[in-house]
Amino acid sequence: MNRNISNFSLTILFAIVFSIFLPWWSIMLASFISSLLISLKKIMVFLIPFFAVFIYWALYSYLLSSSNDFILAKKISDLFNIGSSPYLLIILSATIGGISSGASALFANQIKINLK
Amino acid sequence: MKKIKLFISALFVLGILCFLNTKIGNVPALGKFLNPVTGIWQNENNETISDEVVIPGLIDKVVVYYDKQMIPHVFAKNDHDLYKAQGYLTAKHRLWQLEFQTHAAAGRLSEILGDLAINYDRTQRRIGMVYGAEQGLKYMEKYDRETLGFVHDYTDGVNAYINQLDPINYPVEYKLLDYSPEKWTSKKSALLLMYMTKMLAGRDDDLEYTNVLRLIGMDNFNLLFPDFFDSVDPVIPKQTDWSFIDQPQTNLPLNYVVLDTITETIKKPNPDNGSNNWAISEAKSITGNPILANDPHLGLNLPSIWMMMQLCSPTHNVMGTTIPGALSIISGFNQNIAWGETNATRDVIDWYKIEFNQDRTKYLFDDSWKDVRNRLEEIKIRGGETIIDTVLYTHHGPVVYDKNFKSNNQRSGYAMRWIAHDGGNHQRTFIELNKAKNYDDYVNALNYWDAPAQNFVFASTEGDIALWIQGKFANKWEGQGKFLMDGSNPENDWQSFIPQKFNAHTKNPSRGFVSSANQHPVDQSYPYFIFNDGYETYRNRVINDFFNSKDKFSIEDFKDLQNNNFNLKAAELIPFMLDNMEVSSLTKKEIEIYNEIKSWKFNNDINEVGPSIWREWYGELYALIWDELESDKVALIKPYTYQTIYLLKNEGDNNFMDIKETTDIKETASNLFLLSFKKAAERLIEIRNKKGNYDWVNYKSTFVGHLLNDLPAFSRFNIPIGGDRNIVNATSENHGPSWRMIVEMSKPPKAFGIYPGGQSGNPGSKHYDNFIDDWAKGEYYQLEFLQSINETENMIGTLILKPQENE
Repeated sequence: MNRNISNFSLTILFAIVFSIFLPWWSIMLASFISSLLISLKKIMVFLIPFFAVFIYWALYSYLLSSSNDFILAKKISDLFNIGSSPYLLIILSATIGGISSGASALFANQIKINLK
Repeated sequence: MKKIKLFISALFVLGILCFLNTKIGNVPALGKFLNPVTGIWQNENNETISDEVVIPGLIDKVVVYYDKQMIPHVFAKNDHDLYKAQGYLTAKHRLWQLEFQTHAAAGRLSEILGDLAINYDRTQRRIGMVYGAEQGLKYMEKYDRETLGFVHDYTDGVNAYINQLDPINYPVEYKLLDYSPEKWTSKKSALLLMYMTKMLAGRDDDLEYTNVLRLIGMDNFNLLFPDFFDSVDPVIPKQTDWSFIDQPQTNLPLNYVVLDTITETIKKPNPDNGSNNWAISEAKSITGNPILANDPHLGLNLPSIWMMMQLCSPTHNVMGTTIPGALSIISGFNQNIAWGETNATRDVIDWYKIEFNQDRTKYLFDDSWKDVRNRLEEIKIRGGETIIDTVLYTHHGPVVYDKNFKSNNQRSGYAMRWIAHDGGNHQRTFIELNKAKNYDDYVNALNYWDAPAQNFVFASTEGDIALWIQGKFANKWEGQGKFLMDGSNPENDWQSFIPQKFNAHTKNPSRGFVSSANQHPVDQSYPYFIFNDGYETYRNRVINDFFNSKDKFSIEDFKDLQNNNFNLKAAELIPFMLDNMEVSSLTKKEIEIYNEIKSWKFNNDINEVGPSIWREWYGELYALIWDELESDKVALIKPYTYQTIYLLKNEGDNNFMDIKETTDIKETASNLFLLSFKKAAERLIEIRNKKGNYDWVNYKSTFVGHLLNDLPAFSRFNIPIGGDRNIVNATSENHGPSWRMIVEMSKPPKAFGIYPGGQSGNPGSKHYDNFIDDWAKGEYYQLEFLQSINETENMIGTLILKPQENE
């Protein structure tokens, strides 16, 4: 349980720090490193880094958008043909971040297994 | 097994990375686009309007106040700083549009949009848009270093913004299309002026006319396309005395028309591009101050083509609208004068047939061979190979049509003679107008104006009103340039230009007002040959009738007139059609529609059905009359509405009324009225079944479309506004009054303005489209024309632009 929380926190921390100087895929690097440092078990290998970035991106995009009455988010939702609710777009963005992060953690996990 | 799992997970990661980092078709790279740290979530904001920014190259501090419409009021201590600040602010609020429009002008859209823009780009290159911009710059370098200096200042201002811009804050369109802004250059400002020139006066139908002439002969051509209609109400009043003109029109040479068959021509600017402007004298004004108005009719786009600004320096204090990419104010007022533009209906483009030698290195002119100059146009294509298009240049201009473009003639082509290729100094006109203090300054400013031909309306606090039809116009022989000309005959060249002082104009006419609405510039008494490919014939008469209808007018009257929905065109034909149509065969449903149109009072208001019925009916009628001029094989043009209605009313049994398909009977106008009415009724019933009704507002469904092909997410639809083309409120589906301005010449002037958009170019800003609803309602904003830097009570933000400390 403790490892889950540590990995989760570390992933978010790295994600925020790396995003200062790296492009969007810095989240993949973040989960990669945190998973090398802190191993997780079974499905958690994917789920923890997934939710770490999912929550980070969802919260951040919500904060940016809600302070502007979701003006642009509604338009981009329209652009993607997913209705005019901004929340679906936030979930879509967060899911994209989550999957990238989770996938990268899986890879890190496999490297660790192979090195053992 | 471990190895396989490692391999699969590696593939998975790489796959996701590639997929989310790549633009696939129209879908942006999702990872880049949707992440909250650098993606579109960062564009979810209104722009900062209270800040301090260092701008390299500034001489002194510049203070910019914003009012609640987000109009910047710029206070600079010298003109160089003023234009630097203007460049900076334009980039700050409109960067993507600023660059996109000049890419469009330069025929570089394929670099952004890929191969779907190739045809557009090639057309731009072949009509010499870049060549014209280069000529303009060369002219400034040679003759006007001062203006060029200001252009450089503007460039520095734009680049100061771009240089400070973190990619995180790139406008959302860059993120959507996945590209970056490039450095601004003086050439881009010149390209923007070419863009305006093409949009406003880049329309001509010489080649279509040539085809029509071959098809129907000269007598019929003159009947369908007369130089003057049975009655005209020209821009310059009829009674104007031209006796001061002592230079005659060019003599008519022995000349014959080249009757070629042209199958396809380039796309033309929208024929509705036009405008209204007018001004009334002190005597006609309730307050005793002249009042001036301007509303340019252009495509309705977002980000809006216009941006409001106030520019103040020790030399002048001016306010109005500008176009991103152009320096100074384009339509506006200062403490002493106000001015505005409409398109002047003058033919500034002519076409010449060119005969080449065997290897197309020379062309025939005056019985000898002259060298062709090749200009290589390199068109880069996103995701494709660069194309090189070789455009051949003659002394006339670029050979637009040849075996490589819309023609298969190996040894000939059509060259374009366009005044915009001569290199002008249009920017200077605006800079001088911004500073002008009186009538003489205004006339002096116009001296620099070659193209696009414009009607410049003027009013001053001194009480003068005036209107000059300005441009550099060839002194043509009678009929020159209506049709394709033989490019080897020197007599067909433009022989000379009309001296600027002989350009048609009027100052303080006795009728107490000046006005223009793209109608005939003058009547037959003007001593030079004038011809254009289209004249407006309705708005001008409504406007002039209005100003002849009473003695005194107020600002409220001006607002009413700009929003006037009276459909004069319909009023001139519908009663005649109703009187001359056999109604016994109408069905019950058709009679219902018949009664609806009969009770219509000819106002194109939003809740009327009359305008929709009229549109359908006249549309069907027009197609039936001019079926002779319908062809897939050659490029043709049909007569304009005014002459069509004239023929319907006066020559109802003319052969043109006959429908070619029906060989057994010969139709007359009244047969056509009934046939077209029945067709229209069928269409209207269809529309009613589909949409519930055909009320004008729903039928027309006015929209303001985003510059990227009306991208729906960034556009506004179903805007409730009346009017239509040929109506003073010229709002049709996607075209209309793109800026409305009214200025009373009190001291200081009092001004009202609005445009269908917003000050911001960011679709994520509430200032992106916040004027549209008020514009549709016919409302205006009183413009805060600040008289000093201390008048800050109505300002909501202050932006300080500072020079670099160690400079």
